[in-house]
Amino acid sequence: MRKMNRRDFLKNISLGTAGLTLVATPALAGESQGKITGEKLPGKIRKVKETYSICCFCGCGCGLLLYSNEEDRLVFCEGYPDHPVNAGTICPKGNGIIEGNTVINKKRNRESNRRRVTKPLYRAPGSSKWEEKSWDWVMAEIAQRVKKTRDESFVEKDEHGVTVNRTTAMAHVGAAALDNEEIYLLHKMYRALGMLNIEHCARL
Amino acid sequence: MTNHFVDYRNADVILIIGSNTAENHPMGMKWAMKAKEKGAQLIAVDPRVSKSASMCHVHARLRPGTDIAFINGMMNYIIENDLWFKDYVLNYTNASFLIHPDYQCEDGVFSGFTDIDGKLSYDTATWQYQMDGDVIKKDPTLQDPNCVFQILKKHVSRYDIKTVCQITGTSEDTYRKVCEMYASSGKRDKAGCVIYGMGITMHSVGTQNARALCILQLLLGNMGIPGGGVNAQRGEQNVQGSTDMAMLHGNLPGYLGMVYANKHKTLAEYIEKETPTGYWSNKPKFLISQLKAWYGDKATPENDFCYDWLPKHDGKNRSYMSLFNYMDTGEVKGFFVAGQNPSVGGPSTIQANQAMENLEWLVVYDIFEIETAAFWKRPGADPSKIKTEVFLLPAAMSFEKEGSVTNAGRWMQWRYKAVNPPGEAKSDLWMFYNLFNTIRKEYQKGGKFPDPVLNMVWDYDLPGEEEPDIAKVAKEINGYEVATGNVLSGFAKLAADGSTACGNWVLSGYWFEDKDAKVPACKRRINKDPSGMGVFPQYAFSWPANRRIAYNRCSADPAGNPWNPQKPYARWDALAGKWVIPDVPDFKATEPAPNPSDPPIPVPPEKSAVDAYIMSEDGHGRLFAVKGLSDGPLPEHYEPYESPFRNLISQQQNNPMALTFKTGLFSKIAEIGSEKYPCVAITVHLVEHYQSGATTRNCPSLAEISAHMFVNISPSLAQKIGVKNGDDVIVESVRGQITCKAAVNGVCVPLMVNGKETEVISMPYSWGFMGIATGASANDLTPSVGDPNSNIPEYKAFLCNVRKANKS
Repeated sequence: MRKMNRRDFLKNISLGTAGLTLVATPALAGESQGKITGEKLPGKIRKVKETYSICCFCGCGCGLLLYSNEEDRLVFCEGYPDHPVNAGTICPKGNGIIEGNTVINKKRNRESNRRRVTKPLYRAPGSSKWEEKSWDWVMAEIAQRVKKTRDESFVEKDEHGVTVNRTTAMAHVGAAALDNEEIYLLHKMYRALGMLNIEHCARL
Repeated sequence: MTNHFVDYRNADVILIIGSNTAENHPMGMKWAMKAKEKGAQLIAVDPRVSKSASMCHVHARLRPGTDIAFINGMMNYIIENDLWFKDYVLNYTNASFLIHPDYQCEDGVFSGFTDIDGKLSYDTATWQYQMDGDVIKKDPTLQDPNCVFQILKKHVSRYDIKTVCQITGTSEDTYRKVCEMYASSGKRDKAGCVIYGMGITMHSVGTQNARALCILQLLLGNMGIPGGGVNAQRGEQNVQGSTDMAMLHGNLPGYLGMVYANKHKTLAEYIEKETPTGYWSNKPKFLISQLKAWYGDKATPENDFCYDWLPKHDGKNRSYMSLFNYMDTGEVKGFFVAGQNPSVGGPSTIQANQAMENLEWLVVYDIFEIETAAFWKRPGADPSKIKTEVFLLPAAMSFEKEGSVTNAGRWMQWRYKAVNPPGEAKSDLWMFYNLFNTIRKEYQKGGKFPDPVLNMVWDYDLPGEEEPDIAKVAKEINGYEVATGNVLSGFAKLAADGSTACGNWVLSGYWFEDKDAKVPACKRRINKDPSGMGVFPQYAFSWPANRRIAYNRCSADPAGNPWNPQKPYARWDALAGKWVIPDVPDFKATEPAPNPSDPPIPVPPEKSAVDAYIMSEDGHGRLFAVKGLSDGPLPEHYEPYESPFRNLISQQQNNPMALTFKTGLFSKIAEIGSEKYPCVAITVHLVEHYQSGATTRNCPSLAEISAHMFVNISPSLAQKIGVKNGDDVIVESVRGQITCKAAVNGVCVPLMVNGKETEVISMPYSWGFMGIATGASANDLTPSVGDPNSNIPEYKAFLCNVRKANKS
């Protein structure tokens, strides 16, 4: 008999791949292996949503399926079976990706990774601590500093009288962890400000 | 990558050099192993027994920083033994082109070397082709002493096996085996694949290292064919995309060179000086469409499409290392960091962190409190003395937003939002969009030259949504017709008159709807491989133009017959009178019919045979680089900047053009043959940690699997300094010292270099003082010396000492 693979399984239960609802708690598969008795299972059944993603680590660009629960937390991740590069498999780092979002606590439940930064933070000159701030506040404060630094350093014409419209007092690094659309906006913003010092880790 | 990961399986021989693919690109190694299953021979060239090396048929150790000697020696072996692919070399490379008779390489220095007040440079006049009017002079017999082939032959003749192995420390038997095995791919029905990574690029000769690999591949006819190519495995999810998008000081998106004050005063001057022949003759279309995308209605032919609103570069080095030097000197006052961790990930981090203390303000966009954001409380720092204001903005992770990323094989792939970001965290798109909106509000009140700020196209509001309209951003990147707003199918549609707008021409087509999938090309996931060669033409979008294997004209001979009939890629079907290819042709396969409603007319093979390397101005693969490199037309071995040895091949010790800092924080370099720092060190990665570890050291399972910073040392060194596996050791360089665990397991062993036993050590650089798993940063030890072309630092060959740490 032909061995049933995951895709056949999905076909057989007549489900599409978008917005798919599975009844399982794959994250707990290890625990339940070999001792599913029936009475323990129902309490752990969750509805999970499946989302296609691309791994956020190395440059292989592997396809992933991420499963999130009703509490909007990621609970499981696996390689996307139809992706030409990884064909359903996944490396340890890729497997750990969801821990950026949720981790397993001591009671073996999923909870948010508490190490995430969840509010804008500000550290004043000479201070030894962070202060939580609102988005409006940080955006306005940063905008004022950008304007001050730009305007104080802005050069409209160089020593040969050539129109240059530039500032070299601000710098940026980083982009390889962002999406293309984000980087494009970033590049436009910086060139509009007249910045020359734009770099990222392709140089490292 | 000229090819892509799945294509590795088509190779007959694979040379993995300067890459630990099994650890750092595990799913790339999967395809190398598929090739192995089908009988391919695998070679690893690596100073260490890496995980990859342990999976290959042959492992050649070499001393870090001696790759050019190693590869030039392979070329010498191939030419001496007549193993190069003659038909390919003659037709598709510049082997027969004649070079200026005054060209020479004398004792490690090329002709044209000038030293004006200590500023070193090359005048490249003698590196140019001999011309007969507009035509390059050639000698198809390859006998003329000034032809590229003879020059190359003479250049590499100095790299005989004995000399090479004295430099590299490789055993001669192993080296000979590597040469024989890899040269076997020079036959018309064999494909050799080069896989490399940062072990090639992170050197003061990094670009020439990569060049050497390209020349090797051209000599063996391995470019443009399935199972061939020069495949740079990029280390981050979107480092390809961020390079395409020009997050580099000298570029505008799509590899358009930045505008420079000294030579591009006007748009006309830029176009005149920067528009070469070949495909790049379309550059005016690309730049003007970009200006149109940026400045919209304001960009008109009358005002040069707002050309003067672009900042003009001052010509100074503004690459990564220089930026930290400018922080040291006080020129840079404000600093943005997005998804990068320079306090751990850059070179000379002790000094880099000191330089950052001079900043007035620092804005960090990240998902965790990374070391860079917390640099003011790093061990040994006194926060009260650090005046820098720091803003840490909570970002969303890859799966908490949507957007596209580009993998190492140039595949642009869309990913979707799975969950909301935690708390008040936001996507970078939201942050950049709203920050610039706020900045623009400030400039509405007045300020220095507000025009480009206020007029940059920045209208991505999506009614009813908090997130900006990412589809609108994508459409602008892809390009559209200004009059209708219609999405363009590709860059061939771009015009230089302002009728098209396109943010990044090389990516054009990625947002154009696939006829079968009915979604933009980067979103499609059609898992079909009609040719059976792993092409998957309708899975995602591979820029440029969805081309999977670059230079694919070269997979067939000039008459259009595949070199390898068993693995045909491009093939001219003489009966049908057309090209058959499973990929998008990287050559002119058809041309438009006189009547636009008629189907395009096939172009016979003779026409594309003369410029098979369509992106090269002369249409040929360059064995000899007449332009583009600041440190020579051919790769020449120089010692790493920090080296235990004098250069054996010439009197020129280092790359004379290397980027160095003569004064200030970043000028510390160990002396040649330093007795204080006798070990050759490299930095490496582990499969469990990503780059500086900023993310993975905050993921509990990964932090637990790989918890401790360590240094790999040889059993002999361990014995000499009296430590066992797991003991604490101090590793020190001229720039600083760190304490970490010793891993004594034979991964590193001493090499016999020119009769002297030389210890090699390796350290992962993924640790810092924040996160769950903390540890010392290897980059506290690394030098700020860089390749002159790429300005990438020399992390992969520097000098250290290792000693036992005293128990506290």
